[in-house]
Amino acid sequence: MPGKLKVKIVAGRHLPVMDRASDLTDAFVEVKFGNTTFKTDVYLKSLNPQWNSEWFKFEVDDEDLQDEPLQITVLDHDTYSANDAIGKVYIDIDPLLYSEAATVISGWFPIYDTIHGIRGEINVVVKVDLFNDLNRFRQSSCGVKFFCTTSIPKCYRAVIIHGFVEELVVNEDPEYQWIDRIRTPRASNEARQRLISLMSGELQRKIGLKVLEMRGNAVVGYLQCFDLEGESGLVVRAIGTACTLDKLSSPAAFLPACNSPSKEMKEIPFNEDPNPNTHSSGPSTPLKNQTYSFSPSKSYSRQSSSSDTDLSLTPKTGMGSGSAGKEGGPFKALLRQQTQSALEQRGGSPHRFCRRREFPFFTLTAFPPGFLVHVGGVVSARSVKLLDRIHNPAFVGIMGNTRSYKLLDWNSFNSDEPETRDAWWAEIRQEIKSHAKALGCHAVVGYSESTSICEEVCILSASGTAAVLNPRFLQDGTVEGCLEQRLDENLPTCCGFCHIPYDELNMPFPAHLTYCYNCRKQKVPDVLFTTIDLPTDATVIGKGCLIQARLCRLKKKAQAEANATAISNLLPFMEYEVHTQLMNKLKLKGMNALFGLRIQITVGENMLMGLASATGVYLAALPTPGGIQIAGKTPNDGSYEQHISHMQKKINDTIAKNKELYEINPPEISEEIIGSPIPEPRQRSRLLRSQSESSDEVTELDLSHGKKDAFVLEIDDTDAMEDVHSLLTDVPPPSGFYSCNTEIMPGINNWTSEIQMFTSVRVIRLSSLNLTNQALNKNFNDLCENLLKSLYFKLRSMIPCCLCHVNFTVSLPEDELIQVTVTAVAITFDKNQALQTTKTHVEKSLQRASTDNEELLQFPLELCSDSLPSHPFPPAKEHLESASSNSGIPAAQRATSVDYSSFADRCSSWIELIKLKAQTIRRGSIKTTVTVEKASPMAEGNFRSRSAPPCANSTVGVVKMTPLSFIPGAKITKYLGIINMFFIRETTSLREEGGVSGFLHAFIAEVFAIVRAHVAALGGNAVVSYIMKQCVFMENPNKNQAQCLINVSGDAVVFVRESDLEVVSTQQPTATCQPSCTGEVTT
Amino acid sequence: MTSELDIFVGNTTLIDEDVYRLWLDGYSVSDAVALRVRSGILEQTGATAAVLQSDTMDHYRTFNMLERLLHAPPKLLHQLIFQIPPSRQALLIERYYAFDEAFVREVLGKKLSKGTKKDLDDISTKTSITLKSCRRQFDNFKRVFKVVEEMRGSLVDNIQQHFLLSDRLARDYAAIVFFANNRFETGKKKLQYLSFGDFAFCAELMIQNWTLGAVGEAPTDPDSHVDDMDMDLDKEFLQDLKELKVLVADKDLLDLHKSLVCTALRGKLGVFSEMETNFKNLSRGLVNVAAKLTHNKDVRDLFVDLVEKFVEPCRSDHWPLNDVRLFLNQYSASVHSLDGFRHQALWDRYMGTLRGCLLRLYHD
Repeated sequence: MPGKLKVKIVAGRHLPVMDRASDLTDAFVEVKFGNTTFKTDVYLKSLNPQWNSEWFKFEVDDEDLQDEPLQITVLDHDTYSANDAIGKVYIDIDPLLYSEAATVISGWFPIYDTIHGIRGEINVVVKVDLFNDLNRFRQSSCGVKFFCTTSIPKCYRAVIIHGFVEELVVNEDPEYQWIDRIRTPRASNEARQRLISLMSGELQRKIGLKVLEMRGNAVVGYLQCFDLEGESGLVVRAIGTACTLDKLSSPAAFLPACNSPSKEMKEIPFNEDPNPNTHSSGPSTPLKNQTYSFSPSKSYSRQSSSSDTDLSLTPKTGMGSGSAGKEGGPFKALLRQQTQSALEQRGGSPHRFCRRREFPFFTLTAFPPGFLVHVGGVVSARSVKLLDRIHNPAFVGIMGNTRSYKLLDWNSFNSDEPETRDAWWAEIRQEIKSHAKALGCHAVVGYSESTSICEEVCILSASGTAAVLNPRFLQDGTVEGCLEQRLDENLPTCCGFCHIPYDELNMPFPAHLTYCYNCRKQKVPDVLFTTIDLPTDATVIGKGCLIQARLCRLKKKAQAEANATAISNLLPFMEYEVHTQLMNKLKLKGMNALFGLRIQITVGENMLMGLASATGVYLAALPTPGGIQIAGKTPNDGSYEQHISHMQKKINDTIAKNKELYEINPPEISEEIIGSPIPEPRQRSRLLRSQSESSDEVTELDLSHGKKDAFVLEIDDTDAMEDVHSLLTDVPPPSGFYSCNTEIMPGINNWTSEIQMFTSVRVIRLSSLNLTNQALNKNFNDLCENLLKSLYFKLRSMIPCCLCHVNFTVSLPEDELIQVTVTAVAITFDKNQALQTTKTHVEKSLQRASTDNEELLQFPLELCSDSLPSHPFPPAKEHLESASSNSGIPAAQRATSVDYSSFADRCSSWIELIKLKAQTIRRGSIKTTVTVEKASPMAEGNFRSRSAPPCANSTVGVVKMTPLSFIPGAKITKYLGIINMFFIRETTSLREEGGVSGFLHAFIAEVFAIVRAHVAALGGNAVVSYIMKQCVFMENPNKNQAQCLINVSGDAVVFVRESDLEVVSTQQPTATCQPSCTGEVTT
Repeated sequence: MTSELDIFVGNTTLIDEDVYRLWLDGYSVSDAVALRVRSGILEQTGATAAVLQSDTMDHYRTFNMLERLLHAPPKLLHQLIFQIPPSRQALLIERYYAFDEAFVREVLGKKLSKGTKKDLDDISTKTSITLKSCRRQFDNFKRVFKVVEEMRGSLVDNIQQHFLLSDRLARDYAAIVFFANNRFETGKKKLQYLSFGDFAFCAELMIQNWTLGAVGEAPTDPDSHVDDMDMDLDKEFLQDLKELKVLVADKDLLDLHKSLVCTALRGKLGVFSEMETNFKNLSRGLVNVAAKLTHNKDVRDLFVDLVEKFVEPCRSDHWPLNDVRLFLNQYSASVHSLDGFRHQALWDRYMGTLRGCLLRLYHD
């Protein structure tokens, strides 16, 4: 009996009218946990009942605490007939189970009904008393922390990164368990919601157990997904990275993040490089290694079978040569050995040993400095499977018992079926691992898995980035001590990760290699594709941009094996084309590396869709990309040639324009840059320095590798023509906008604190007449482009801003429907920096600022009052002075802050007045906050004052949501636990709710609201690493019905504004900010 | 390729002020898009018409969802579904409850009933305000009326608390509610020259001085006068006004009053001779208005009577406003010197307000 759960129902508000006669409601509440139910009294005739119940106490196992959600049902009492349900609240108890997180859950929760949506709110208080667990053989894993964040969470330090953990559970889907019309839609939806809640609790517990066995205490990069396999059941699976984390206790231990939060990681004492010399390695290939396995598995008869295909994606060219490779060989081998052994050493039991050696995968996308030694390239594997019904005799009987799905213990009952899914994934992981090995890497980072299901066909996909890791991070706690001692040994160089990890003479793929443009010592590939975020220490020239490859392929409708075979046959071509598109677009942008690459292949009844998103950047260490050369097949035709040369010119112009747009002016010695402006003095000096450092090797430089052949596009048919055209149709974002799908935009560091997270969904219906691949491609392309255009338009008031973590998801809900879901966050940045680099942007936004709405009033103020662009931050002295005393504001700054406050007063004074009358509590003082912000050394403080004063008197606390792992201009002080929610919403009055758009709009708004409410109840004020993992929308307009399933997750956190923090040291922030903010724009 | 579904949901609800205005003005999505195109937004932003269409639809959907909450503004503040910064919430509420001058002039003083609602069609045609917007404005009036109708305490405060309106707008609503409750006639042709502001000004004076709440006796006996303290005129006071009749009925008193006023104003008034000839008519007019206020019908015609009996005669003689002010001041003050007149306090309560009203009503 290791835990006591206590629940108190306080009150309700805004309840719906349940009794038409009185226009009132007689509400009461049922509180259920496991099989125990308590009830409150009926509060008669009120829409705002005050139950103020006693403490309901549940004495339960901690295993149950982990698995079960607390269920709160609000009902309307009816003397004569059955009580009507108003709605439910599911509360995940998990955050209360570990000591550092929340201690109490208390707040207003929206009452949710799957048919009616949110119907009022209920105020609940939940507490847990945990007793010490003395049971060695426990089934629970209380205390293991879970993070969705794919980097080491901000207020923790990674002691050991243990490695990959995975688990999956399978169950029958209740939706398919009951025959239509026996159960109401509400009952069926609720059964489903409850089951999934239960399954994800169980899954999390099991993963926690694995982590405990590995002697870890946390899972980072936890990704849980549902596969709605339809008739064959429901799979909930999760992957993550087990770690041992230490909480950083002293607030001084982390620096104010200087808007580029990953800088904080430098604090983590892992930045030593054990073998500085081993960076040298053989020649490299820039290729992704892609293999398609269509699992000819013998054990499952119904699986599709086709032979494995290995596909090299780059035209064969001569192998590069170089002498440094040989020299680096032995070192590399040594390193590899170390890594291998480190990966194998971890864990105790031989069983564990096997498991982990099998999959040295990491779901992290950002790492402590020094962790990542080399990056090989993207590895991916896909497999087409046929779903079979999960038949389990024990199952049906249990499912009849609606009261508890928990009885389904797969370990004892039926280990077969999850094993099937396990085996499928194991197969894929094995493949990924072998690909990584082929690239000379022993680990895979930025690893993720996904599925796409259509009827009985399922495509399993996994991808990651092959990498060589610093073994020191992977070892057991014994070395921990010495690790910390050697804290300030030499840092890894900023180009190390680009150096090829594989042997030059034994390259897995032929490729162009050159000496690193940074250190001139090691070989680098000409192009680098990765699934991870840009390492913080990487040197990037200019800014990055979102690059997407979009592709559709028609497919004949088919059944079972035939269908699976058809898909299997199409997949390699799709991957090839996606890759070519990415490569072309990258070159068109004048860039040479992709980060955050995510390729999604979606299967539908009659087509396959491929969507690849990545962030292109120009890595200083890699060579300048060659241009794109167009070659015609019929050279004798004069007009044709003219056309070709016209196209060639257009392409060259586009490249030149893009280089200007993204400020790519590499300090290049080579000849390929078109209209390259003079390099910045800073860069020039750096270049000179690096040359002089490696002066003895200059002679060895084989610059001919730099003059690579231009990428040649052969136009031999209309298809190719289309391709070239589509290359040129991608419109760059309007001025003042940037976009990327990584955490932060390379080249922008001066984030301000205004953020806007959003989800946008679009569904288009294709005209079914004569669909061709081209028409389909065009439709899909237009869909994505228009969606982006709409986003830019909608968010125009935030300019200058950047869309970060742009996450596109494609699904094919029906034959002729394409659904695209985008979640991203728009973050404003300070244009004082932009002033430095692009004058046009600033001028434009200045104009806008003066004409735009009042919220932007501040811009001109700032520009004239703040320090010059070359000194974006006031001296530290001023900061100290003004922060230490509220009144001691330097005169110039006081002037601006007064202006601002009067503006703030103007817009909110009367509403404040009213609220004071209404006796609402107003927190904080506007003027003080503003002045302190103004005095902040970071210009971002200015922006947040725009939103802060209104928030200060809001009765509903503001909860920020972001897909990023950080909040600009703020520091995360506490992680409260994982948010993982699954919602179903259904309607039988689609037209009345505003059609499909109205229905989904309301539903997504409700999902956001529920997430915010749960975070607020935990005491948090933000969700980071928020992700909408699933948004399955189905409609039946003829029946006036629609249904939607949404699965979201994220980390609930408490953040504190940097400017609100006590200034511990003013030296530190300025010292670290200046180089990173002023420097990295130009480098 | 047709768009089946197209939505954008932000964690912070995006509010576009321009689109909000179009929505409030009752334009359909397509009309709103056309108007936005005409505003030159496409050239400014480089967007396409399709983008604009989708954006407008999104905003309209949001506003339609918000409308339910705007009907009870405190709900907007406490709801969890839309995260909106307070300054934006204030803007939403303020704009939603704002009304058109042309519209309010049409319905001011009318009963806020279904019958009036049926006339909205005509009002819409007449004022060229969309029917949708007319309905919203009418429903706003009615909603505010219903909520504060049964409430005790200051009308303006009640409106402000339940609808979170700015002080200015709450005062306007108080006037509308007051007019609707007392059914003052404002639609007559001869009243057409008056603006809503003129009426609102008078309403405020009347609420302050002529209602039950104005007397300030509530604290001593809270239960006896609780109902509609600010909305209904003080019946007792209206009854008492009959006593003023003596001022014109008693010939000596009238003559004395006239001579007092004339003596004081001689040489100060540009229109002295006109005043002198018209004094008895004007005085009769003003006192008779007071004496008639016991009948509901005459209460309704208050403004018609004031214009007919005072404003129009003065205007036809081209009195400058300043002369009107001097005359009214002297006219009310001189009564204090009439020894035979015992209702000084009553006279001040009546004339103080009426003087303010008349000065406001006296313009072209």
